[in-house]
Amino acid sequence: MVTPSTTSAPLLDVRALSLGFGASQTDLLKGLRYSVAPGETLCIVGESGCGKSVSSLAIMGLLPKGAATITEADIQFRGAPYDLSDTAALRRHRGADIAMIFQEPMTSLNPAFRVGDQIAEAVRAHRPVSEAQARDRAVEMLGRVGIPAPEARMSEYPHQLSGGMRQRVMIAMALANDPALLIADEPTTALDVTIQSQILDLIRDLQAETGMGTIMITHDLGVVAEIADKVAVMYAGTIVESGPAEAIFNDPQHPYTIGLMSSMPRLTGPRERLATVPGTVPTIETMPKGCRFSTRCPFAQPLCAEEPPSRDFGGGHHALCHFAPLNDWLEPG
Amino acid sequence: MLSFILRRLLVAIPTIILISIFVFALQKLLPGDPVLAMAGEERDPATIEFLREKYRLNDPLPVQYFTWIGNALIGDLGISLRTNQPVLELIGEKLPVTIQLATMAMIFALVIGIPAGILSAIKKGTVTDYIANVVALSGLSIPNFWLGIMLILLVSVKWQLLPASGYVPFDEDPLRSIQVMIMPAFVLGTALAATLMRHTRSAMLTVLTSDYVRTARAKGLKERRVILKHAFRNALTPIVTLSALLFGELIAGAVLTEQIFTVPGFGKLIVDAVFNRDYAVVQGIVLVTAVGFIVMNLFADVAYVLLNPRLRKQ
Repeated sequence: MVTPSTTSAPLLDVRALSLGFGASQTDLLKGLRYSVAPGETLCIVGESGCGKSVSSLAIMGLLPKGAATITEADIQFRGAPYDLSDTAALRRHRGADIAMIFQEPMTSLNPAFRVGDQIAEAVRAHRPVSEAQARDRAVEMLGRVGIPAPEARMSEYPHQLSGGMRQRVMIAMALANDPALLIADEPTTALDVTIQSQILDLIRDLQAETGMGTIMITHDLGVVAEIADKVAVMYAGTIVESGPAEAIFNDPQHPYTIGLMSSMPRLTGPRERLATVPGTVPTIETMPKGCRFSTRCPFAQPLCAEEPPSRDFGGGHHALCHFAPLNDWLEPG
Repeated sequence: MLSFILRRLLVAIPTIILISIFVFALQKLLPGDPVLAMAGEERDPATIEFLREKYRLNDPLPVQYFTWIGNALIGDLGISLRTNQPVLELIGEKLPVTIQLATMAMIFALVIGIPAGILSAIKKGTVTDYIANVVALSGLSIPNFWLGIMLILLVSVKWQLLPASGYVPFDEDPLRSIQVMIMPAFVLGTALAATLMRHTRSAMLTVLTSDYVRTARAKGLKERRVILKHAFRNALTPIVTLSALLFGELIAGAVLTEQIFTVPGFGKLIVDAVFNRDYAVVQGIVLVTAVGFIVMNLFADVAYVLLNPRLRKQ
């Protein structure tokens, strides 16, 4: 695991991001805060429905119409303000310096067009190049993502490719304009295990080649352990803990993170039942006041009905909990 | 592709046979004797017998059917009992009129229906969508004959902009021909436009929420291109299929509209034939229409395959 230099200026710096939903403007996302530096990989981890995909769609300007409204956004991209309300500027960023790949390679490509044309189109959307040049670039990209005989694949339709191949095409398309930042929303979830690691390796290699920053959204802690430099753990629309990957794995401070870690199956050690986090994620209507994890937290106290403070453990490691560091409280038991 | 078309044509054969039997049987079951109608007031038994013999109406029904279908296969649909003109010739006269009317109506329907459908899909839930839906519903609910009469009253009688009725062959004076047919085509087209608009809207709504449209947006394409290329291209399949079927229906006859505007097309021919018990003509028209419908269906199927790369290679 590469330790990024903490001094490098962040590429994307989300200082605050909140989304409201419905008439009551209940917080779908609440005060999200994270950053990625060039060459760095940030993993956003959480259960499905915790808002991890929504946050990245919001940054891309791809939120479905009427789904949610942005109530707070203070974001910097490459040191300049990044305005989520400027749709024209967002479009110019999309696919140019910020690219995104998705969870569903089977349906993410347009079934009616040849894959080569779909990649070339991405090039032409942002660069003043001829059709032939865009085509050459597409062939080059297909080769770079490890598709054999790229020239021949150019004229194939998505249905002629396997899921892994389609995800490679998606990556080729996303990286065609050398983006500074890649957002990968569960890119391996829909793939076979063997293909999963191939795709992860590919993303990692391309990242090493180009020095792009990567935000990897996943629920799979195995993926996190493999590629993350930094981790942000999300629960019910908030980031409950974030920090360097090692700190999160070796010294988790939030009860939810601890629960997640112990629910990960291990090959070593005695065989035992997998630990689970009891209960379910509260819905937007049943969201508790204060700490959102309090309904499932084994350590919950009356105090938890108040907004939890962000505790700093040094080295960029933060946790959103009244009782962190937990060691202070667990000493006797 | 060629084998696909041939296969579809083979499937069409039993359909045509069934339709021909059905048409033939229906004619025979209908009350009213054409010979009596022809013989006039006198009802002279000798004349009647002569006519029956002439038109081979004394043969057993299956023989009559096979005689008819056998002749039809070599292009002889019989002779009109009324005008003594060959049925094929009658149809040949009327078909271009109806095809011109249907084509013009279809152009109206496509030009109005598809853009309106796209617009109301991308503006879903807004005033634009609401207005488009109300207009479409009105288009569907307003009877053709009423709209036709209103147009004649306003456009022809009051403002005197367009002729109220008649027909000028296209090859004689194209401009005038189109002018005369604008109103009936518009009347037919608006009702179809409403149907097309509703289908376009729902097809677009489905496609607009698809993953590949999100991908197109993620590439940073302009919204216009996302909608007109990536979304519309995939919504096109049901629209093309529907259009082909609607065109088939138009050929089958816009009876009321043709009557109102006295367009001498298929619709008028069939109404006259039914009233006059002109068996041969009715049978001929229905057979030709059915074949036309099957051809349009075939077009729809071919278009469906051409538009869908997943089916093309098979």
